Amino acid sequence: MSHDMSENLPEAHGASHGTDVVSHDDPFADPGLPAHEPRRTDIDERAAKRAERQVSLLFVVSMLATIGFIASYASIDADKLVYIFPLGKVSALNFALGTTLGVALFCIGAGAVHWARTLMSDHELPAERHPIEADDDVRNDVIEQFKTGAAESGFGRRKMIRNTLIGSMALVPLSGVVLLRDLGPLPEKKLLHTGWVDATASRPIKLVNMNTNEPMKPEDIVQGSLTFAKPEGLEESAEDFQQQIAKDALMIVRIAPEDIKDSESRDKGFEGILAYSKICTHVGCPISLYEQQTHHALCPCHQSTFDLADGARVIFGPAGHPLPQLKITTDEQGFLIATGDFDEPVGPSYWERPR
Amino acid sequence: MKKLSARRRHPLAAVVVLLLALAATGGLYAAFAPAEKAQADSSAQSLAIDEGKKLFAVGCSSCHGLNGQGTSDGPSLVGVGSAAVDFQVGTGRMPAQQPGAQVPRKKNIYSQAEIDQLAAYVASLGPGPVAPTTEQYEPSTNATTNAEQVAKGGELFRTNCAQCHNFAGKGGALTNGKYAPSLEGVDAKHIYEAMQTGPQNMPSFPDTTMPEEQKREIVAFVRHTNDEPNQGGLALGSLGPVTEGLFGWIFGLGTLIAIAIWVAAHTTKAKKS
Repeated sequence: MSHDMSENLPEAHGASHGTDVVSHDDPFADPGLPAHEPRRTDIDERAAKRAERQVSLLFVVSMLATIGFIASYASIDADKLVYIFPLGKVSALNFALGTTLGVALFCIGAGAVHWARTLMSDHELPAERHPIEADDDVRNDVIEQFKTGAAESGFGRRKMIRNTLIGSMALVPLSGVVLLRDLGPLPEKKLLHTGWVDATASRPIKLVNMNTNEPMKPEDIVQGSLTFAKPEGLEESAEDFQQQIAKDALMIVRIAPEDIKDSESRDKGFEGILAYSKICTHVGCPISLYEQQTHHALCPCHQSTFDLADGARVIFGPAGHPLPQLKITTDEQGFLIATGDFDEPVGPSYWERPR
Repeated sequence: MKKLSARRRHPLAAVVVLLLALAATGGLYAAFAPAEKAQADSSAQSLAIDEGKKLFAVGCSSCHGLNGQGTSDGPSLVGVGSAAVDFQVGTGRMPAQQPGAQVPRKKNIYSQAEIDQLAAYVASLGPGPVAPTTEQYEPSTNATTNAEQVAKGGELFRTNCAQCHNFAGKGGALTNGKYAPSLEGVDAKHIYEAMQTGPQNMPSFPDTTMPEEQKREIVAFVRHTNDEPNQGGLALGSLGPVTEGLFGWIFGLGTLIAIAIWVAAHTTKAKKS
């Protein structure tokens, strides 16, 4: 290959390197390639031998590292721990496997690069560019063939065929669009309601502590505390528990009634106990970074901040709605209960959201 | 004996005798003194309260008021209980270094006896959470029971704690300069007390909503997580895929690009230009 291309090199065109690169009659003439400089390994056989040994050494180190990998896999106990300075206490096996495999791969790469730089031919080879378009004969021939084909098919003359063909081609993709319906059932009213929707004044649902799985009484909830609750009857063993808890989860806080700025929010609570949806109204992250002195709840995903003392008003961040609040009260046994659903959908906004 | 008496006139004999006498006196004092003190403590709770009031006047009253009633610089301590004092002073948070978004953990300068006296005084101001005993906060030493506690504690930790303290207990940021501190190297007792009392902006998890046993399980999980070896190497603060990806792209890829530039910038030509 290099022999074929050598006629393109500047020497072949009579350019002499280094001395007279600019032709006097044309100040912008192609100066050609700079002269080829030999490497030490090209002119010094001992340097070449040394480079050869270095490349081989790298390959040998790679071989040893691979053997080391196999040996560590076979010999090091998976539970053994070692202390290695910046990492701390790490698994000896993982560390040995990673290091040996890393060395084995690195040495192959480093050897190949060193080989290419020192010993493989480094003669510069210009590759001439050619125009991409075909020559006129071929182009005319293709155009002629296209015109003949168009005339013979009568595509331009028989307009009814043309129009129905365009119509059928336009409709075909619709069958693919219709199949998208199989992606799942329509959401219907699911986004509008949560599991608390089954609660009524005559059949209330108790609030159940997520920690103890027991219903709660108002005196259990002290000021400054944080508790998570779910509706009674929703068990973790239920098949759809994850889907349900993603809507039903409550964050229960207790704020001194005189500190609650929003009277509607105070009325929905019970003696300062407020039950807010735990689902952020931005994109639905579980939000529970509650600061008990400022009464702020922070969403860890995008830093939306809600003031739970002021009806969960958004005071910072991208959330568009306050956190929905569940109206709670107590039953005759003194347990905290809900007698209805949230007033508005929980979680992120969507097109059909009522408000 | 003969050897000893033979050397009794040695020039260093006096020094040796003096050292032995000092060691004996010191040893005897150390052996008897704390016993007397403990007796005094158990016999007189009011004495501890008196001592605590003195310590309080020196270290705490400038912010919390002479009687712990609170001032514009510090909240009232009536009803915070001995658990809050043991946590705040035991972790060095109180006395506070300076006002700010949050009082950080620092070196504790009080002895446990002094903390107990302070706690006794503050507890006498009004009823509140009582500092836990070892049986209350210490997870089981039985391997099977402990493993069970760690498993249950992990679930409770992810429900109640992980949102602020990170799933591996490394802590995290809150609003306006506040933060949830790392739980690494925190005493079991202090973790327990923090859940009991809700220090600073942390909400409390009282026994009524999170029973003692569950707090102990959380302590077991936190301790297990702290002691757990790092199987994957550098954890980068256990912040998850964002830091790991950022590290991989910037430092991993950056190093490769730097090596490639370095290789290309160094000519192998015999005549360096």
